[in-house]
Amino acid sequence: MAIQTETQDSPLTIAGKTFHNRFLLGTGKFRSKTELTESITASGAQIVTVALRRIDLERHEENIIEHIPKGVTLLVNTSGARNAKEALRIARLAKASGCGNWIKIEVINDSKYLLPDNYGTIKATEMLVAEGFIVMPYMYPDLYVARELVKAGAATVMPLGSLIGSHQGLKAKEFIKILINEIDVPIVVDAGIGRPSQAAEAMEMGADAVLVNTAVAAAGNPAQIAQAFSLATAAGRLAYLSKLPAIKSHANSSSPLTGFLFEE
Amino acid sequence: MISLQKIKNILAQQKPEEVERLAREANQITQHYFGRAISLYAPVYISNYCSSHCTYCGFHVHNRIDRMKLTPDQMHKEMSHIAGSGIENILILTGESYKATPLAYLKEAVEIAKQYFSSISLEVHPMEEAEYRELFEAGVDGIAIYQETYHRQRYAQVHLSGKKKDYDYRRSAPERIARAGIRQISMGILLGLADDVGEDLYELFEHLRWMEKNFPGVEYSLSFPRLRPIKGLGFEPCSVTDLTLIKVICLTRICFPRVGINLSTRENAQLRNRALDLGITKISAASKTSVGGYTAENPEELDPQFDIQDERSVDEIVQMLKHRKFDPVFTDWRRIENESAA
Repeated sequence: MAIQTETQDSPLTIAGKTFHNRFLLGTGKFRSKTELTESITASGAQIVTVALRRIDLERHEENIIEHIPKGVTLLVNTSGARNAKEALRIARLAKASGCGNWIKIEVINDSKYLLPDNYGTIKATEMLVAEGFIVMPYMYPDLYVARELVKAGAATVMPLGSLIGSHQGLKAKEFIKILINEIDVPIVVDAGIGRPSQAAEAMEMGADAVLVNTAVAAAGNPAQIAQAFSLATAAGRLAYLSKLPAIKSHANSSSPLTGFLFEE
Repeated sequence: MISLQKIKNILAQQKPEEVERLAREANQITQHYFGRAISLYAPVYISNYCSSHCTYCGFHVHNRIDRMKLTPDQMHKEMSHIAGSGIENILILTGESYKATPLAYLKEAVEIAKQYFSSISLEVHPMEEAEYRELFEAGVDGIAIYQETYHRQRYAQVHLSGKKKDYDYRRSAPERIARAGIRQISMGILLGLADDVGEDLYELFEHLRWMEKNFPGVEYSLSFPRLRPIKGLGFEPCSVTDLTLIKVICLTRICFPRVGINLSTRENAQLRNRALDLGITKISAASKTSVGGYTAENPEELDPQFDIQDERSVDEIVQMLKHRKFDPVFTDWRRIENESAA
């Protein structure tokens, strides 16, 4: 289980619901449903994403929902949606299937790079919010788009760290920082995080949470790495709250420019 | 893009250690992009009427087989049988007869399939964009259309008459399918038709690359069926060894990390089991390749399009997958009401 820290941290609040664990887990690509359940438990993740396309409603034993521990918030993603209208239909289907109304919007019209279509994502956010869904859009970190998403009623903004499943880490770091500075809803860094150290890095710079999937599912010991990610996320958060001194590229003598003013 | 010469060099490679190296690379890429997920599907042949003469095919217009197409009642019977085995992805196939299996007939089959399956694909004659759009709006998620061979001369030698003789109409079908909004397109070559597998593979890769650039939103998959000798046809397929097939699969995975690769029951159980590690993402299970073959009282009297090499049931395939730490995926798409983009 993730360590409990004695800090004054306030919980992560999304759409009025509070979470104490800032590590979110995706459920794709696991070798077995057992490894998935173990990973959720070991990490203490309180929010997990599931692709509606992979929910086997007809088959009890294979139904991924049955393998998610009770009390965990289900965030259904719209994987497969190529435009806003398809995202809306998938969301409606998810709700009608009993999967709740928390939706991670994925509008992707490129099967090679799987980059989100920011324009379609804004439209989808508007449409889903209008129908009462709690919307967490996955997006390419662009300040104007993030503002539009907030205006449209997004509960969080989920910028990609780098290409999904790439393990490249925070390639988009500088742009995510801008979102952290300017956007008031929680920023959840999603996609590309392949190492616990990268999760910690995202949290140190002020992200509110991170979402990881492939790096856990494809690991030799998914439960163990899930726990490592969760601990790294908590450690990064703790570091952020501690107000880390900035990194300097050179040694810093105390007052080389103005010290003379105070010489006696 | 990989060069033709490089493809040829790899296909000519006989050293076990080099083949192993290729396989390891393909294995790693597959695990990275697809994890251990393997999708399952089943084919349902609803008609064997055909108006084309393709010298290698058991359904061709001049072959004396019992021609039949399923009535709606028979479709219900076949499809409910398949759904009963657990399959949720269906591939509906016909011979290539525009008269016997027109668009209206295909749409009827799709309407029936919607009652049993979460995802529907078709492998039928090529058609116009507007017709593909009608199929998309009717609920079709995927279309399979194989060029068979990209070698024009060879294509002309084996496609003697009928609409299929038109190389360019077939070659341009994937583009029309994509324009119509269909979300999954499966392309491929029939191994054993062309003498030079390398050239065919290169042309297929170029075709796919062009499709990816122009229609990036489509989910692509490739198939590499190997031609099987068919009784009475007098057609001698070129020999494509297991080694070549495996190298083709590995090369495809390395060149197109995210593209799906299908493997049918044309191949035997052992080869199919092995190929799972190298890039295959979708396999059929418990297939019948004759019209009405799932529920016929005397299935041995029917004429299959090709003989099945892997007779395992859906349950047996699932057990094998789980035993080998793969995750069998029955549903990878949940049908939503399809609407063409304005």
